[in-house]
Amino acid sequence: MLNFILKRLGLAVLVAFTVSFISFSLMFLSGDPAAALAGETASDQDVEAIRVLYGFDRPMLVQYWDWLSSALVGDLGESYYFKLPVSSLIAERLQVTMLLGLCGISFALLTAVPLGVAAAIRPNSIIDRIALFLSVAGQAMPSFWFGLILIVVFSIQLGWLPPSGTATWRHFIMPTIVLGYYAMPAIMRLTRAGMLEVLSSEYIRTARAKGASEFTVLFKHALRNAIIPVVSLAAVQMGFMLGGSIVVESIFALHGAGYLAWESIARNDLPTVQALILVFSLFYIVFTFLSDVLNAWLDPRMRAG
Amino acid sequence: MSDATTNMTSDPMLEAIVGPTPGQMLRKRIFGHQGLMIGVVVLGILVLVAIFAPLLAPHDPYAQSLMARMKPPVFLGGTWEHPLGTDHLGRDYLSRLIYGARVSLMIGVVAATISGVIGTAMGVAAGYFGGKVDAVVTYLINVRLAMPVVLVALAVVAILGGSLQVVIVVLGLLLWDRFAVVMRASTLQVRGREYVAAAKAVGCSTPRILMSEIMPNIANNLIVVMTLEMAHAILLEAALSFLGLGVQPPTPSWGLMVSEGKNMMLFEPWMVLIPGAVLFVLVLAINLMGDGLRDVTAPENRS
Repeated sequence: MLNFILKRLGLAVLVAFTVSFISFSLMFLSGDPAAALAGETASDQDVEAIRVLYGFDRPMLVQYWDWLSSALVGDLGESYYFKLPVSSLIAERLQVTMLLGLCGISFALLTAVPLGVAAAIRPNSIIDRIALFLSVAGQAMPSFWFGLILIVVFSIQLGWLPPSGTATWRHFIMPTIVLGYYAMPAIMRLTRAGMLEVLSSEYIRTARAKGASEFTVLFKHALRNAIIPVVSLAAVQMGFMLGGSIVVESIFALHGAGYLAWESIARNDLPTVQALILVFSLFYIVFTFLSDVLNAWLDPRMRAG
Repeated sequence: MSDATTNMTSDPMLEAIVGPTPGQMLRKRIFGHQGLMIGVVVLGILVLVAIFAPLLAPHDPYAQSLMARMKPPVFLGGTWEHPLGTDHLGRDYLSRLIYGARVSLMIGVVAATISGVIGTAMGVAAGYFGGKVDAVVTYLINVRLAMPVVLVALAVVAILGGSLQVVIVVLGLLLWDRFAVVMRASTLQVRGREYVAAAKAVGCSTPRILMSEIMPNIANNLIVVMTLEMAHAILLEAALSFLGLGVQPPTPSWGLMVSEGKNMMLFEPWMVLIPGAVLFVLVLAINLMGDGLRDVTAPENRS
């Protein structure tokens, strides 16, 4: 297992460095970053001055090395717009995004797992059909549209929930539902498929034959084994959700890292955008790595090998 | 063998004994699959609407009219002049929706084709050659998956300038991951089969084995991924345009229409509900078709 983990770790580090290079190269996609920074009205001298000031006159690889070595010690440069260190800006905004991500994944798990189990116990029953409908609809639902519908119904028509902001826990209800519903279909389908497979296996028949109660069979024997792949999927989904929170945060005006990304892109604040792409990627890399380790640890066959 | 089967099935007595042919079974599975049929019919209608948009649209989707701004749809007290009302610039909503089908479908088809070519080439190469090629492709897939799609697409489109072409190319270059993963796994499954070994034994070249032995046998999975990625691309374009950094006005994109309607949401929620609902129906139809195709072509994998 150690061998497996080391291999995965090596890949994760390699991927992280590649992603850092790609997000750094974004700045050069626009052509001349100095001209972009100086604005359209700047004279040639101004552009040249900015180029020297920010070091854009050096070779790209030298600049990358410079950026990377400061990034490794937590210095991600200064935001063009806020004139603040990007790292502290992101650290502050990440709290909201992390909270939203945790709420979202909890909501997804708390709805998807029971629904998936119930659907697997009685295939083709009403519950199974409702679960299928919810997952098919969830996969086709544009999340920005779903969020706006919730605002129309619960904020404008009924007046129950605040439409935007982060002041109280009630502000997080609708964003949690929108973000959670995005992750729900995959988790539910996997739970259902896993339960169906486990319930038809030999050891479940043995457990039933020796007279174990239905509750024990379902939760002690079946769910325990069916949940293993779901746990690692949830970790991966969590990584996806942090990146996907940009849409949800912009609908509900939650001032998290996703909202910051949207603002920064619109303002051409490239150091912030680069750093955010790197941070979101790192989250995904860490979560998938953890899910691999968790999978190896939970699955005895992999533990031995 | 196949001759014998066709001869036998012409006899009703024997047909009862040998059962239907594989072709009949496939047809039965296709037409008996409710979700697949609904998906195909709805998608077919939307494709026809997109193709015949100039004939179907009652007005010019770009024509503004200050005299007819924010007219409600007919079911909210409007007139048949504008069945689904008009937007804040007095443009006919139904006509914009009809032309919007063109934008969405074009983005779905072209972006999924670009990413399909990239992903299939990578996946098949990784699965067939294995070893170092596989290691490189696996690494590239991991890099791609680590990048947050919405964020990267937004940033790149913002830098290059939002237009239909840029959005299509950017999405096409980003969405190849699932193609690569599925095609790699399918190729791994097929590569050890006897017919591949036979082709090798008679001295077929590698390109020939890939094109006439491997590809036809993994094509069903390719089509399934293709439909699902079409839906993915359409949803992403709508999200980008909704955030104001995708297709730019005055192009009639459904995501853009939701975004424009958002400002009027307090009094005119239908301006948000209608384009979003159409988008939902299109993506739902494509997904139903994709799921259905997967069930029909690989019944043992039905979930």
